[in-house]
Amino acid sequence: MTHTAQIQPTFEVWRSKARELLRQGVTPENVDWVDASQTASLLAEEPANYQTAPNASVKVPADFLRLAQNVCAHTDERRFAILYRLLHRLTLGGEKHLLGMPSDRDMHQCNAWAKAVSRDIHKMHAFVRFRLVGVNEPNGREQFVAWFEPEYRITRLAAPFFEKRFASMDWSILTPDECVSWDGEKLTFMPGMSRHDAPAADAHDDLWRTYYRSIFNPARLKVQAMQSEMPMKYWKNLPEAEIIHDLIASSETRVRTMIATPERPVKPSPDNAYLRKLHAQQHAD
Amino acid sequence: MDLTRKLEILADAAKYDASCASSGAARKDSRDGKGLGSTGGMGICHSYTPDGRCVSLLKVLLTNACLYDCHYCINRRSSNVQRARFTPEEVVQLTLDFYKRNYIEGLFLSSGIVRSADHTMEQVIEVARQLREVHHFRGYIHLKTIPEASQALIDKAGRYADRISINIELPSQQSLDRLAPEKNLTNTKQAMHGIRQRIDESLEAKQAARQIVNRPRAKAPAFATGQSTQMIVGADDSSDALVLHRADELYREVRLRRVYYSGFSPIPEPSVLLPIKPPPLVREHRLYQADWLLRFYGFDVGELLPKEDPNLDLDLDPKLAWALRNRAVFPVDINRASQELLWRIPGLGTVNVARILAARRWSRLTLADLQRMRVNLKKVMPFILAADHRPRLALLESTNLRQHFLPGPRQLELNFNAPPPTTPADAAMALSGQI
Ligand code: SF4
Repeated sequence: MTHTAQIQPTFEVWRSKARELLRQGVTPENVDWVDASQTASLLAEEPANYQTAPNASVKVPADFLRLAQNVCAHTDERRFAILYRLLHRLTLGGEKHLLGMPSDRDMHQCNAWAKAVSRDIHKMHAFVRFRLVGVNEPNGREQFVAWFEPEYRITRLAAPFFEKRFASMDWSILTPDECVSWDGEKLTFMPGMSRHDAPAADAHDDLWRTYYRSIFNPARLKVQAMQSEMPMKYWKNLPEAEIIHDLIASSETRVRTMIATPERPVKPSPDNAYLRKLHAQQHAD
Repeated sequence: MDLTRKLEILADAAKYDASCASSGAARKDSRDGKGLGSTGGMGICHSYTPDGRCVSLLKVLLTNACLYDCHYCINRRSSNVQRARFTPEEVVQLTLDFYKRNYIEGLFLSSGIVRSADHTMEQVIEVARQLREVHHFRGYIHLKTIPEASQALIDKAGRYADRISINIELPSQQSLDRLAPEKNLTNTKQAMHGIRQRIDESLEAKQAARQIVNRPRAKAPAFATGQSTQMIVGADDSSDALVLHRADELYREVRLRRVYYSGFSPIPEPSVLLPIKPPPLVREHRLYQADWLLRFYGFDVGELLPKEDPNLDLDLDPKLAWALRNRAVFPVDINRASQELLWRIPGLGTVNVARILAARRWSRLTLADLQRMRVNLKKVMPFILAADHRPRLALLESTNLRQHFLPGPRQLELNFNAPPPTTPADAAMALSGQI
């Protein structure tokens, strides 16, 4: 019999569904995984039961759960099915060593998805830019809002980092899929929003661009190296990206000018007690 | 002078320092709601500039006025650059404002030397003190120290900072005498030894404490967790062997976390003592690769740079160059060889070696397995035996093997407007030094 598993596309929901199927001994070829958020029908939707105690008879290594968490955040529609197949092989299938076999097809696929997701999380940690919107009068906490467009559904996975780092400010990160905010006590998740709901700029962006411009060394242009780490898809939400083209365009002239500058002659040592001591020491050595 | 102009001058003055790492700090965070920031784990690059460099810290000088006359440096007293000075409060505010917007994950503060080494150190420390004690800042702080500063001040700097560093600048006293007449190799090494001792002591204390209390949370470390240094390449005529021997010595003796190699780059205020032409950028890249081989792949300097050939091959990565000189070692059987031997195969990194070791417990590996691990087959094939592969011995023995690996014809002297095409993998390597 074929089962249709229509689920909200989150790790928690997938996990409880997979656990249930596994308990019934359902084999991977007999499950049709459907992403409920991508289909119009909300019929088969069942409430996610997060609290189910793990079935003692089905144990999986913690490494698998970590992998599954990332894989679920990916957007490839095959992810739930392949992940379930992996789980099935690992448990009922008796292939205990599967996690240590990166060259296995399913493992390889899941690792690749997990890696793409963790890269996206890392980039979110790096490229979110908060904008100051005000101060929470009663308690004096500053309030910040950021707009970000991750490639995958990673808001929940990325949020704990911001909680640890910015616990003393109030902040929200808005994304198209899911938003999160922190008020000093807890993280709250909300449905996705649009970029117009976030402020477009911050008074400090100019100062930041000044820094970015000044720290750049025009004599070492390596545009590809920059782009492989900071792909252009992120540029539209980075205040500093506005000036990248100008920096690249003007670098050649700047270097020519440096090279054409006449060398500065050496200035004699000024009369300074510390320098005198230093020089005396050097000569004694 | 307004803040924007100061930032312009003092960031420009700091940009020739290559180090910008923010990894390896003790874990701390601000979940107690009082402070700001967190550290621990992998560092984060919050941006990249078009020179391919990571921007993770606000990297500035407190002042670019300087008594010293280091010829590779734009801030030396002989330079006519405009001088500026931040107050400690200004740097503190900038750091906090940038940090809260998630532009950066900390501060890297250095300074030109004014009045004396101790006076300068005191100013630098004051910034770190305010950040930590007044604002409970738990982000990353890297302080550059001056070797001639007193041990008491270096100790104090280390208590506030996650990382401290002293630049060795050039690999020999001879070169220093010519290009940085105020700097002294012996002093520098002594100061590094002092720092190492403190780091070791604090590590021991922390280990002892761990046995009593389980998890001290959100506490600034008692002392920085690491030190690093920078060497400038191409400003003098030191060979790569000299540079790497010095680096190796420092890794062993004072257990540096990192040595940064900074290819000398033309500055707006050139000195008469310096070459006009910068060294090819690829030299710096090769040094990072060789450095990586020393630290993580069990190579020693003599193997990478035999006496008769004291400079790295610019066309080939150093492991490949070593393999070509030591062909008798190959082919290596990936299904049997030890980890140490697998590390020596050109094109295999430590991560893939670990994967091979794990996977071969269950099956004999084929080329297809390697391909799934994204191993560059063209590169490894002449050097390995796999379940379904044996290299043509003729190729391994042929004098053309080097030719086989040379990049297509291209200009070797990198010119500014048209850097040679590098693959993204190459670029990533250049940044991390990873092979
Ligand atoms: S001490 Fe030397 S390297 Fe440092 S700022 Fe002064 S001149 Fe530059």
